[in-house]
Amino acid sequence: MVRAPQQPRARPIRVLVAKPGLDGHDRGAKVVAAALRDAGMEVIYTGLHQTPEMIATAAVQEDVDVVGLSILSGAHMTLFPRVRALLDQAGRPDILLTGGGIIPREDVEALEQQGVGQLFGPGTPTGDLISYIQSWATAHLQD
Amino acid sequence: MTMYKPDAARELAERIEAQERELEQLRAEVAHWRAQVDGLPVRTEVDFTSISGCAVQPVYTALDLPEHYLAGQGLPGVFPFLRGIHPTMYRGKLWTMRQFSGFGTARDTNERYKFLLARGQTGLSVAFDFPTLMGYDSDHPRSEGEVGKCGVAISSLLDMEELFEGIPLDRVSTSMTINGPAAMLFCFYVAAAERQGVDIGKLQGTIQNDMLKEYMAQHAWIFPVEPALKVIVDMFEWASVHTPRWNTISISGYHIREAGATAAQELAFTLANGFCYVEHGLARGLTVDSFAPRLSFFWDVHNDFFEEVAKLRAARRIWARTMRQKYGARDPRSWQMRFHCQTAGVSLTAQQPHNNIVRVAYQALAAVLGGTQSLHTNALDETLALPTEESVRIALRTQQILAYETGVPNVADPLGGSYYLEALTDGMEREAAGLFAEIEAQGGVVSAIESGWFQRQIAQSAARFQREVEQRRRLVVGLNEFVEEAEPPVDTLRIGTEAEQTQRERMGRLRQARDQGEVQNRLEALRRAAAEDRNVIPPMLECARAQATLFEIRHVLEQVFGTYREPVFF
Repeated sequence: MVRAPQQPRARPIRVLVAKPGLDGHDRGAKVVAAALRDAGMEVIYTGLHQTPEMIATAAVQEDVDVVGLSILSGAHMTLFPRVRALLDQAGRPDILLTGGGIIPREDVEALEQQGVGQLFGPGTPTGDLISYIQSWATAHLQD
Repeated sequence: MTMYKPDAARELAERIEAQERELEQLRAEVAHWRAQVDGLPVRTEVDFTSISGCAVQPVYTALDLPEHYLAGQGLPGVFPFLRGIHPTMYRGKLWTMRQFSGFGTARDTNERYKFLLARGQTGLSVAFDFPTLMGYDSDHPRSEGEVGKCGVAISSLLDMEELFEGIPLDRVSTSMTINGPAAMLFCFYVAAAERQGVDIGKLQGTIQNDMLKEYMAQHAWIFPVEPALKVIVDMFEWASVHTPRWNTISISGYHIREAGATAAQELAFTLANGFCYVEHGLARGLTVDSFAPRLSFFWDVHNDFFEEVAKLRAARRIWARTMRQKYGARDPRSWQMRFHCQTAGVSLTAQQPHNNIVRVAYQALAAVLGGTQSLHTNALDETLALPTEESVRIALRTQQILAYETGVPNVADPLGGSYYLEALTDGMEREAAGLFAEIEAQGGVVSAIESGWFQRQIAQSAARFQREVEQRRRLVVGLNEFVEEAEPPVDTLRIGTEAEQTQRERMGRLRQARDQGEVQNRLEALRRAAAEDRNVIPPMLECARAQATLFEIRHVLEQVFGTYREPVFF
């Protein structure tokens, strides 16, 4: 796991970018992690091939506000609910679980029903996820 | 002794003088033209650079041609094969139309293969699911949710036999995209051929088996770098004797490019990997010509049309020269770079997906103009899901239209001699030479992987491209320009969880039915071979024949070789 250099802001939004499952496609995860860091957030990237348990544990230990999963393997209907459940069980239902990848529209809707935040597909400008996370933080995080 | 012929000498001097005069005249014309053109308005909303960020001139002339141009380009089928590896190119044989496919269970994929073969596809190409790619059985806990999703689930000889049921393995050529557990799947394939009663010496096809690019870009690894290279050389050694028509590796730029590399990075990193494999083969004591003829390559074909054609031509020339001059190969087949191409998945957009048909067609044209031996054309819906039968059919038809209607295959290297293309080809070769020097300065390929140098170079290029798209310096139709507000959804293929259930049950039955003692003995024999640094292929084939599963084989080898740890960064 690597941590981006600390940002000078008093209370930056802390984000865990994670690659769950066996999928090795990390181009998107790395581009997103770098863009969130450049937007002033404190970003931790897990590296590849993480289990939901590893991700939930890291999220709690690192006391993050947001977990972003990148999934291009088709296993999203298993992995998103599992990470959500593990975060809830760890007493952290307040952590925003969001993410992106190759996820069909109807699955996005189903996952949103299960307590997952907005999910982003191919071609999304990084600005869209930055503003999504920032406005979520404004509404949900006390400074 | 040659007689001194004053007439001939004078004639030559006159010809040189005339040529000099022509060049002088051209220089003057170009200078005059530049002076006139310099002040003219040009579009300012885009960069006039290649997709890799290289500056290109507004026009090319004979002044941009390399030195010794007339004799230096050579002919198709002639060293250094700039213009193609076969003298007759596509007049002799069209490229193989090979659509990469696989999903669900072996039975599901077997049906798709029969569908494609019935529609004129000429080779098979297996896409495995993520558990298989990582060496996990379908019933392993880490496989949950991923079985059959992105490819076909193959956990044992039993599954491999079902995958090719009714397809005689001595009559098709099969490509298998598998790396970390490549040797294991290859053993399943050989054992399946034996069960069909096929002479394994007749097997034709390719196994990707390229671990170096896995560490750099694709990330389906198991063992650390050096043991992984050992198993690859074991494959070279074994296959050169037992399956001499099988390509033991497909040294791949595709994944490096898809992960974000530029064309020149794809070219240089991939060739550097190729040379690294050659050096490991030589270090084993193999003669270069015993294994080099079976090394094959795999390139991405992206959107920048001329850059891609130049890359493919440059690749052939660098490989041929290096194999002959540096590694002393004498067999012309060791000099010839044979390659497969796939159109660039990363260039496709989820927005207005039908536009992808057009992108794929241009990319396919570039691959053929670059002299590819086989081609996969992506389907229009691949940014959304695995392709439907309809979208795969259109992708295959795209190749057939190119092959039979455009006239392009009639002439070998038809773009050869284009001022622009020849200048680009040389430029690409120079850029690769610079990158080879950088890799050398990093301590070579293995060190540069372990330090994460390649991975950083690729990620930086990916980030640069993303910035250019977001700043609209690079326009992508339907994505940041010509956007449609409301788009009708397209029908996509749904892969359910039935495959996972079916596979679990099959695995359960397999574990019950087989001779457990025999499996353990053969796994132990494999472990010993690995520990004693012997060739692992013969004992691995014994494991496959005894119905040992993929993960069982992975697991015994992991005990000896250890597991790779990636350098994590972003």
